[in-house]
Amino acid sequence: MNDAAQELLRDWTARQAPATGREWLDARLGQIGAMTPGDPAAERALAIAFGQVPRQLGRGPLALTADDIAAAEAVRPGWRPQSWSLEGAARILLLLRCPSATPDTFHARFQRLRRAADPAEQVALFQGLPLYPHAHALVDEVGEGLRTNIRPVFEAIAHHSPYPREHMDEHRWNHMVLKALFVDSTLAPIQGLDARANPDLARILRDYARERRAAGRRISVELWRCLGPFAAEIGAVDDLALAARSDDPEERAAAGAWMEREHF
Amino acid sequence: MQYIDPHAHMISRTTDDYQAMAAAGVVAVIEPAFWLGQPRTHVASYADYLSAILGFERFRASQFGVHHYCTIGLNSKEANDEALAEAVMEILPLFAQKDGVVAIGEIGYDEQTALEDRYFRLQLDLARELSLPVMIHTPHRDKKQGTLRSMAVCLEHGLSPAQVVVDHNNEETVRDVLDQGFWAAFSIYPSTKMGDARMVEILKRYGADRIIVNSACDWGISDPLAVPKTARLALEQGVPAEQVSLACYANALTAFAPSGQISETDWAGPAVIDQRTSFAGNSILRGGREAVVTGLDSAF
Ligand SMILES: [Zn+2]
Repeated sequence: MNDAAQELLRDWTARQAPATGREWLDARLGQIGAMTPGDPAAERALAIAFGQVPRQLGRGPLALTADDIAAAEAVRPGWRPQSWSLEGAARILLLLRCPSATPDTFHARFQRLRRAADPAEQVALFQGLPLYPHAHALVDEVGEGLRTNIRPVFEAIAHHSPYPREHMDEHRWNHMVLKALFVDSTLAPIQGLDARANPDLARILRDYARERRAAGRRISVELWRCLGPFAAEIGAVDDLALAARSDDPEERAAAGAWMEREHF
Repeated sequence: MQYIDPHAHMISRTTDDYQAMAAAGVVAVIEPAFWLGQPRTHVASYADYLSAILGFERFRASQFGVHHYCTIGLNSKEANDEALAEAVMEILPLFAQKDGVVAIGEIGYDEQTALEDRYFRLQLDLARELSLPVMIHTPHRDKKQGTLRSMAVCLEHGLSPAQVVVDHNNEETVRDVLDQGFWAAFSIYPSTKMGDARMVEILKRYGADRIIVNSACDWGISDPLAVPKTARLALEQGVPAEQVSLACYANALTAFAPSGQISETDWAGPAVIDQRTSFAGNSILRGGREAVVTGLDSAF
């Protein structure tokens, strides 16, 4: 998976970058591929190259065709690079190219880069999660990332990625979903939303909906998708019924659909 | 008129300041790395500071439609802690190439000690290696001598005067700085040091070529609106609008543009403010306040 993903990333970034940027990237990839893990000079070269990417390659959305997107899915199910940037893809490629024998080596390198990262670099580091070796070693790093105030960083973890559903325990998962609503993000791009629905999350969302209602604030219509299947179990049928009578047609439709489906 | 405040320590300022600056026409600010009013004792807190001015502060500014850039450097005060300074020099290259870094700075002399001199020179070499402009903090005490020495050392290390902004000038230093071809910046303070009335006199006397006005606002008594206020006073007193625009906008852009990180096109479109990208429970918007949305774009 790693080699095939690197090949795709190399193709996509190389065809979009200027010739000088392409040369620069290939030179860095050669240098970094030959490094000894843990060598301070090599780690420093990686950190500097990581920062320099936009200066060398330019920046902007990664241009992908339908074939590219299908190739990504074939290499790594759930990998959706549609929202990636050119510079982010190149940064992830540099990181994948580093030899890392053990989970500890990769974790230490990731942590060092994350701690010095600007927001765009943080987005790239977290978007790469589906592709990394020893990815499970990064769960605490990901927890740190979810605490961000910067929505694009949060979404780099939560959206269009199989990582959360594969690696997060229930507590972290539930708080990620709740935070997505809190920061006015969306739930639909979270992979595994239905498969990982659980009564505790439904309860958290029930309380959250009550709090919003008490404050006279709008409730995301996406919330009912995680709450609906457990409405009876957690005593939230009245909450659903209330939403199904809402003045807001979208809320009425979303909650009403669950009322019907569960025969309340 | 649009303004740039090319020296503003926004990390010490409030959201009210950002709102007032944006309303007064300030489209961009440059945040030089400096000290925090007291010395840091560990390199890790220095690293976190650099990543804060590069990251969260830039993001915070964007919530108010202000474009935020920064300079990276070891300031002259903390250069006197040799263990700290050595460690900071090691991490500077990791930060100096990040997005939005327009110069190495603010660096230079405070008490003109041997250690200050050593780290000033090392950072001039770094700026030359990375082809970045330099922002010089001239000392508040023994200013004239310190300013002359700063310029001489820049030339000795192979920098071109056009690459160097010499900051915190006054009536006593401006002539030498301009004569040697460096950019001459002035920090406008509400009471002490350089005031806006004195600044207007300098504009009348020297014109606006290579003159840059900034607020240097920070955690001390200072005014984040010093640039627009100075511009207004200058216009009232008959300084031509083109000259005011050079000193309060265009010269800063020209001086820092060689970094490749700041350009007029950054704010050429309609102002984009999307406070929804901030986190409602935590720092910028507090629970219950509705977000301002005047355009849509992801800031990163
Ligand atoms: Zn300053």
